[in-house]
Amino acid sequence: MKLHLRVWRQRRPDAAGAFADYDLDDVSPEMSFLEMLDVLNERLTLGGEEPIAFDHDCREGICGSCSLMINGTAHGPNRGTATCQLHMRTFADGDTLRIEPWRSAAFPVLRDLIVDRGAFDGIIQAGGFVSVNTGSAVEANLIPIGKPEADLAMDAAACIGCGACVAQCPNGAAQLFTAAKVSQLAILPQGRPERARRVLGMVRAMEESFGACSNFAQCEAVCPKSISIGFIARMNGEFLRAALAQPAAD
Amino acid sequence: MTLESKVPAGPLTEKWSRHKFELKLVNPANKRRFEVIIVGSGLAGGAAAATLAEAGYNVKCFCYQDSPRRAHSIAAQGGINASKNYQNDGDSVFRLFYDTVKGGDFRSREANVYRLAEVSEAIIDQCVAQGVPFAREYGGQLDNRSFGGAQVSRTFYARGQTGQQLLLGAYQALERQIAKGKVRMYPRTEMLDLVVHDERARGIVTRDMVSGKIESHTADAVVLATGGYVNVFFLSTNAKGCNGTAIWRAYRRGAYFANPCYTQIHPTCIPVHGDYQSKLTLMSESLRNDGRIWVPTAAGDARRPEEVPESERDYFLERKYPAFGNLVPRDIASRAAKEVCDEGRGVAHGGLGVYLDFEDAIRRLGVETIRDRYGNLFEMYERITGDDPYRTAMKIYPAPHYSMGGLWVDYDLMSTIPGLYVIGEANFSDHGANRLGASALMQGLADGYFVLPYTIGDYLSRHMGEGPLPTDHAAFGHVESEVRGRIEKLLSVGGARTVDDFHRELGRLCWDYCGMSRERGGLAKALEEIPRLRESFWRDVKVTGAGEELNQALEKAGRVADFMELAELMCRDALEREESCGTHFRKEFQTAEGEARRNDEDFTHVAAWEFTGDGNAPRRHVEELEFENVVPSQRSYK
Amino acid sequence: MLVTLYRSAVGKKAVMAITGLALFGFVLGHMAGNFKLYLGAAELNHYAEWLREVGSPIFPHGSFLWIVRAGLLAIVGIHMLFAWQVTRLNWAARPVAYGERRNVDSPYASRTMRWGGVIILLFVLYHLAHFTWGLPWAHPDFVPGDVYHNVVAGFRVWPVSLFYIVAQGALALHLYHGLWSLFQSLGWTGSGRETWRRTFAKAFAAIVFAGNVSFPLSVLTGLVS
Repeated sequence: MKLHLRVWRQRRPDAAGAFADYDLDDVSPEMSFLEMLDVLNERLTLGGEEPIAFDHDCREGICGSCSLMINGTAHGPNRGTATCQLHMRTFADGDTLRIEPWRSAAFPVLRDLIVDRGAFDGIIQAGGFVSVNTGSAVEANLIPIGKPEADLAMDAAACIGCGACVAQCPNGAAQLFTAAKVSQLAILPQGRPERARRVLGMVRAMEESFGACSNFAQCEAVCPKSISIGFIARMNGEFLRAALAQPAAD
Repeated sequence: MTLESKVPAGPLTEKWSRHKFELKLVNPANKRRFEVIIVGSGLAGGAAAATLAEAGYNVKCFCYQDSPRRAHSIAAQGGINASKNYQNDGDSVFRLFYDTVKGGDFRSREANVYRLAEVSEAIIDQCVAQGVPFAREYGGQLDNRSFGGAQVSRTFYARGQTGQQLLLGAYQALERQIAKGKVRMYPRTEMLDLVVHDERARGIVTRDMVSGKIESHTADAVVLATGGYVNVFFLSTNAKGCNGTAIWRAYRRGAYFANPCYTQIHPTCIPVHGDYQSKLTLMSESLRNDGRIWVPTAAGDARRPEEVPESERDYFLERKYPAFGNLVPRDIASRAAKEVCDEGRGVAHGGLGVYLDFEDAIRRLGVETIRDRYGNLFEMYERITGDDPYRTAMKIYPAPHYSMGGLWVDYDLMSTIPGLYVIGEANFSDHGANRLGASALMQGLADGYFVLPYTIGDYLSRHMGEGPLPTDHAAFGHVESEVRGRIEKLLSVGGARTVDDFHRELGRLCWDYCGMSRERGGLAKALEEIPRLRESFWRDVKVTGAGEELNQALEKAGRVADFMELAELMCRDALEREESCGTHFRKEFQTAEGEARRNDEDFTHVAAWEFTGDGNAPRRHVEELEFENVVPSQRSYK
Repeated sequence: MLVTLYRSAVGKKAVMAITGLALFGFVLGHMAGNFKLYLGAAELNHYAEWLREVGSPIFPHGSFLWIVRAGLLAIVGIHMLFAWQVTRLNWAARPVAYGERRNVDSPYASRTMRWGGVIILLFVLYHLAHFTWGLPWAHPDFVPGDVYHNVVAGFRVWPVSLFYIVAQGALALHLYHGLWSLFQSLGWTGSGRETWRRTFAKAFAAIVFAGNVSFPLSVLTGLVS
């Protein structure tokens, strides 16, 4: 396959960036998208140019490192697929591919296609946990959890924290990411004692850096784990309940 | 130096509880006077960082990823073992201990493995309390599945994402401590060397992977939780960033490296499909619960799998190992697959693959049940290969997956450098010559949550009031300048070959001569080729860019340079161990049926290697293994 | 409590959902009243007079209407204020635009809320000038009190009718996304893509559009004269 690539190049966080054009002549349809970039990088290196920096690690769709906007869609055109699991057979010979980093005020570009997603960790720090110290747990089977609840919690917990939801959202909102964690821990009995504190804290942290939800649902469409925006509704409900039940002094 | 395993005296079942009592404690008010560095934020590192911080220690935690949540533990799919015996099928701490020792082909330390089995139950309790959404039965109780090497169902799982869920549990506990200010997190920061002074680990030198800044960090103790080194094979199931630099640098500073030749080749990975391939993808071992592994009886059969009639299929695992069938341990399954492919009966690209077939399971259980159990794995397979496993058999082939070898540690998980602890896959301790499925998660969390937090106090309490070495001490300056020198050297070679190119060649050497089966001649050849390749690397590598910026080529170059050295030690160890055991299969040492033949007389020991300087042969030390509670036998899964 | 709601975009969206729901109720009531157009001049004008009379004798003539108007104004004000605040937050969230960005899966309606809202506001102002205040530039032949006449005379001007129809389109889109979204914003759990919510939103948006568009159309076609 022949492909034309337009890739965002930016040397430093504070430097100006621009699209650079590259042509590839012998792309195999069996290659993964990142392998295609590997091949380009090998060529660039041998030609004395600096390779394109991009985040990647497990290359099996679970670590959440890879983060490319491909032709205007986070993680490219395939549903439920992270960039690392996208294969070139998805594209046609002669296609032009525009590759950009995630764009969000909360995700500054570090270099080329790499952004800093530390704001996500900040949201988790604001309450995305169960406050249980090591050693203080009760016997695992003491609290039964119905299969439907466990399955629903797992649906939410599947989030890989890649940031595609933010990247795709016209508002740059982090609702799906935040809601997934809020929901997982609100559904499970272990997370209930601090559910109010959790949702208030996490929503506050989220809104410090990200936009608001307009129910576009584009996040769900690009989520590599296809996490449902139903969890956003759940988070909203949690938030409203917590906010209205809060003592006035708070 | 003799290797003191410091296994406590007394009966096996009481060793750990007695030892916990005998360990010196640090009182709560004093804990906050200690600084602990933890390198790595996976199951072991993340769990340890959170737990030590909860206890009151000040922790600095480092990871090369942009967030601790991305450590490679996240990719473990199948599950985590624990001897809860919820299935009432005869499980017990002793059985888990026994299965693990046997699975490791009697090359692990009894006391360590017993302790691991003992704390396994508390791990499940802890994770459930954190909100890990393990699979449940309709009655609300935890569900279990079976895994290779065991005849009981003791594996807890969260769909095919168990590692992810356990890691996120530890990560969330860690983030909670970060928010409290008890842990300082350094993401995108890579440890490039260890600082040893007065024969004690005093800190590390790191590179900020965004700014390129070289920095020293000091502490009262250093913990390495940096995972395994099978990326030495280039193609492996490990994440691209996984590397052996931290443990290799520690080795060069005096920590012994134990059993480097024990590298696990996982039987169920997606076969290689091209030269540009960057990594291999694992398909969970849990698939072997319901999938049947076979190849056509005749060599060169080019039909589609569904067109091959039952009578012309060879279910070779079921045929050779009727008792365990498709659930034999990983090393045995991998070797059996290699054997049938060597006979020309392989089925994928280049004849390097076997079928993993769900036709029977779907007929027996229905598509919905199979979808429920393995849906996400099937989707992943289809995404990568374009084949639908609901309709056609999967193709799989073994791939490097896990390293049982690692830095030598005593019962307290301390290396031969006082104050340097090594936990999780980075150490050698619990799996012997082969790891059973669903035991890596167990070990990582055992070390991080329940072992290190006790044992590290014993060391720290002995250094009360001394305080960490200031980073302006000459010991730090010296190491920093070595680190800088090495980076400059890499950047200044200006050769004509890329880092990946070298890495690929190194990987091929390792795979060909030190992979699923090894023999004297091949290993000797590898020991000639690897130093040659290393020389050519330092002469001809091309690393673009500068040191003081985000530079992925430089990161890779440093890691591959270390792999070039580590590979040699791995081959040397494989050559010296003149027996077959677990994953270490030497063609010269096999039974008439082609099974691994151990040499208990001469090799019932851990080989721990000491660095003696560049250009010198490393020194091999031996820790004899004593089996007081199990009798080493020829492993039989028939 | 309310402060927490005010400080948060999630809280503001909930308030927008509730005010939106109230405005939707108003739109339905307004339309129902307007159907009197089909019953003839007497009925419609009587209804218009009743609007001023309602609430009396507790409230003096016309005063209850003013209370309702004030309430509506406040609701509209809050709805718009929060929309503006949230929009500013959203604009700040992506300072550097993409070279290319596709709208995956989001219905057209969801992406026209802001400008649709502005169009609706302009329309409402014109609508007031046209039929309530009867400003000469807006209405060629306004007779205070004779609603029937004003409607028929007003809609005979075809560009005005066209503008009404276009504005109703904007309103329908706004209602469609708004009605669907309010379940989300108020925390109605369940699958986000549940069809009944979409159907509900579509149905009511369609009813409002059809009902309101029928007025200018029936004047233009001579059905009502």
